[in-house]
Amino acid sequence: MKSHHGILPFICFLLAVTGLFFLTSCGNEGATNQGSQGALGNDAASQVYVAPGEYDEFYAFMSGGFSGQISVYGLPSGRQFKVIPVFSVDPEKGYGFNEETKPMLNTSHGFVPWDDAHHPELSQTKGETDGRWIFINGNNTPRIARIDLTTFETAEIIEIPNSGGNHSSPFTTENTEYVVAGTRFGVPYPQSDVAINSYAENFKGMLTYVKIGKEGEMDIAFQVLLPAFDYDLAHSGKGNSHGWTFFTTYNTEEKNSLLEVSASQNDKDFIAAVNWKKAEEYLAQGKFKEVPANYAHNVYNEKTHSATSTMMKTVKVLTPADCPGLVYFLPTPKSPHGVDVDPTGEYIIGNGKLSADLTVHSFTKMIAAIEAGSFETTIAGIPVLKFDEVVAGVVKDAGLGPLHTEFDANGNAYTSFFITSEVVKWRVGTWEVLDKAATFYSIGHLMIPGGDSKKPQGKYLVALNKITKDRYLPTGPELCHAAQLYDISGDKMKLLLDFPTIGEPHYAQGISADRITPNVKKFYAIEENEHPFKALGEKDTRVERQGNTVHIYMTSIRSHFAPDNIEGVKVGDKVYIHLTNLEQDWDVPHGLAVMGANTAELLVMPGQTETMLWEPTAEGVYPFYCTDFCSALHQEMQGYIRVSPQSSSIALKWSLGEEEPVQ
Amino acid sequence: MKYKLKNNDALSPLLWRGWGRLFMTLAALGLLTLFLFPMWRITLIAPQYPQGVTMHIWINKIGGESKSTIQNINILNHYVGMKYIEPDAIPELKYFPYIIVGMVVLGLGAAFSNRRQLFLAWGILMVLLAAAGIYDFYLWEYDYGHSLSATAPIKIPGASFQPPLIGSKLILNFTAISMPHISGYLAGLSIFLAFAAWWLKSKFDKKHEKTAAANTAAHRLSTIA
Repeated sequence: MKSHHGILPFICFLLAVTGLFFLTSCGNEGATNQGSQGALGNDAASQVYVAPGEYDEFYAFMSGGFSGQISVYGLPSGRQFKVIPVFSVDPEKGYGFNEETKPMLNTSHGFVPWDDAHHPELSQTKGETDGRWIFINGNNTPRIARIDLTTFETAEIIEIPNSGGNHSSPFTTENTEYVVAGTRFGVPYPQSDVAINSYAENFKGMLTYVKIGKEGEMDIAFQVLLPAFDYDLAHSGKGNSHGWTFFTTYNTEEKNSLLEVSASQNDKDFIAAVNWKKAEEYLAQGKFKEVPANYAHNVYNEKTHSATSTMMKTVKVLTPADCPGLVYFLPTPKSPHGVDVDPTGEYIIGNGKLSADLTVHSFTKMIAAIEAGSFETTIAGIPVLKFDEVVAGVVKDAGLGPLHTEFDANGNAYTSFFITSEVVKWRVGTWEVLDKAATFYSIGHLMIPGGDSKKPQGKYLVALNKITKDRYLPTGPELCHAAQLYDISGDKMKLLLDFPTIGEPHYAQGISADRITPNVKKFYAIEENEHPFKALGEKDTRVERQGNTVHIYMTSIRSHFAPDNIEGVKVGDKVYIHLTNLEQDWDVPHGLAVMGANTAELLVMPGQTETMLWEPTAEGVYPFYCTDFCSALHQEMQGYIRVSPQSSSIALKWSLGEEEPVQ
Repeated sequence: MKYKLKNNDALSPLLWRGWGRLFMTLAALGLLTLFLFPMWRITLIAPQYPQGVTMHIWINKIGGESKSTIQNINILNHYVGMKYIEPDAIPELKYFPYIIVGMVVLGLGAAFSNRRQLFLAWGILMVLLAAAGIYDFYLWEYDYGHSLSATAPIKIPGASFQPPLIGSKLILNFTAISMPHISGYLAGLSIFLAFAAWWLKSKFDKKHEKTAAANTAAHRLSTIA
């Protein structure tokens, strides 16, 4: 009895504990779900739901990171519309494969089929995004590209000389007077065969200003020669600070090995403040040195539908020691990564990535300190301002590893913290932390539409994350990178949506769709086609031979190519197939693929001419066909090219239907 | 009399002697709008053409909302073997303009003569011409809709692709809507103005005759007296 009495409470106790365990574990699971999936209870789904056939409110342009491209998304839905080929070849569109776009990827190192694209930046007028162009930097082989937002195609690429790793780029000035490029690597100046450990002595760091013309055309106006620090990120001033650009630096230790340790020793690195209006004065006074250089300037012409590459041979260099007032250094703690200027232009935020704090400099105080001439020291002729005299405030203990800051229209700032994987909302001026939101995982950049301009538009914030781990169905060792959308219209940030991106989305830009859609081109007017190998109608189609080069002037219209039977091509010929798409309607591209061609397809928009170079290596009859489902008779859109032996005397012959020559 | 007005006061501004001539002049000149705007339109709507493809028929040409409309319609038509619309092959587009210019001249002549019978005659002639034009339009539509190529990729036994004369009709996956367009309506207004000119002139003439008769009678009476 005793034992019986004794065991019953024990069993009850066990049951109770087990029950409690189940309860708590369920509770935990519930909490985890809620925490990681956002406040579904608050109807996040309907906030991101764009009904079929409806349009998104914003465009988002995401860098494709190591894909080298830009991808275009809609917000709030997170739907992807297009991948714009920029720095990398894209066989889907024939970019870098067809004869017309190969020159776009020319550099001083020859044809480079790939790059690492980091920071898209929309053009601005009066500090507001205007929807004309978007620029993006190529990090590896230093370049800047301009994408035309009427066609969503890359219009121009300029190489940046005397640079290595174009990371602090392109970051426009408030009327798109310039986009900038700052070298992430110190490199020998001029580039030469020197010992790597002669870094401090032979290496330099170059900042570049690319002038933007009325039609968007790019031209390197000048470069500023600086010590071989690593120039990390940049943003231009606005309002009162218009006329200045701010570049962050790390490795002010000027080390060339094991940087993760050696470049993290200085307690403070610098933000370099460059007065580009002053630079314009010095240029006008002739205080520059015109030095030899070799860099490619590639321009795509929308009338000839072809790119040309021109090698540029000199560049103008300004040296701060000769140009007082051109550059100042603002000491900023712990290897600042992003530098962001608030919409008023007064505050310059240094995101010290190895720190828990954010340092905010005041533009007004900076000007006062410059006027007072109270400098801590001078490096290579560049005055270093006193930290205490320029700092406006510190956002304390907000998180760990601040990287980037964007702004809303209501005086709030949002900073990404990589190490603690969160976005922190704080108040500009009071520096108090208002809210924190977790990201999944390891946020890098963040973006609010217009969030780096004078007029942020955003009610949304996009977190651009480096790691997804368990957020999606697994796809083997390589997982997608991803973005997360937050509603920032209320006091508290609210996670709405996860969506995967291509490559690694570094920075992104957002803009309300109505600034772009009225100007979007639907097709190219065929009467404006100035391609040297165009065929403006089937009567113009023909095949011509010059030695072992054969030019096929071909057209496409639903649902046939003209001509579609070609004979007289020989092994060893260089066959240029110039395909003009005669269609004049929206959304009717035609593709062209030739069996065995050692290149990608053509994908020709209406009114456009594109050229495939095909070098047949064996005799036979080669089918070709339309690759883009164009019509009910798309599958019939096909033809043959007969390839005869080199010794053959067969004459050129071409036809469409009825076996009759087209002529 | 129910409609008799006191001294014709209310009607008298309407019976200003110049109204008939003015209306007839406007009627004649109104036809010139046929050279400024399309007179008819045919719109094809399908899910993949949400804005539709709209062809414009002018007195002297065939066009569309964009330069490429005819090409795009021809591309659609070729699937079912319809003939290409080639404006150069339609003689009416060449001689109709002369008829219209002739009618403008005749209308101005009628206005100059200020004779109500000529107003009426011009109006009736216009109605006959419009009827003939619409019948001709029907014949062309019939021809395009029925004369199909024997080698058409898509053959649908018994199907006709004739667009409606006026109104809307489902043709395969397209809704075809055929309606007068700006200058078509304005030409209709011209016809209306011609008849209005005739009516006003008739009213004026009758009143004038009545007054003249009354005056004559009064004169006679006074003479007799």
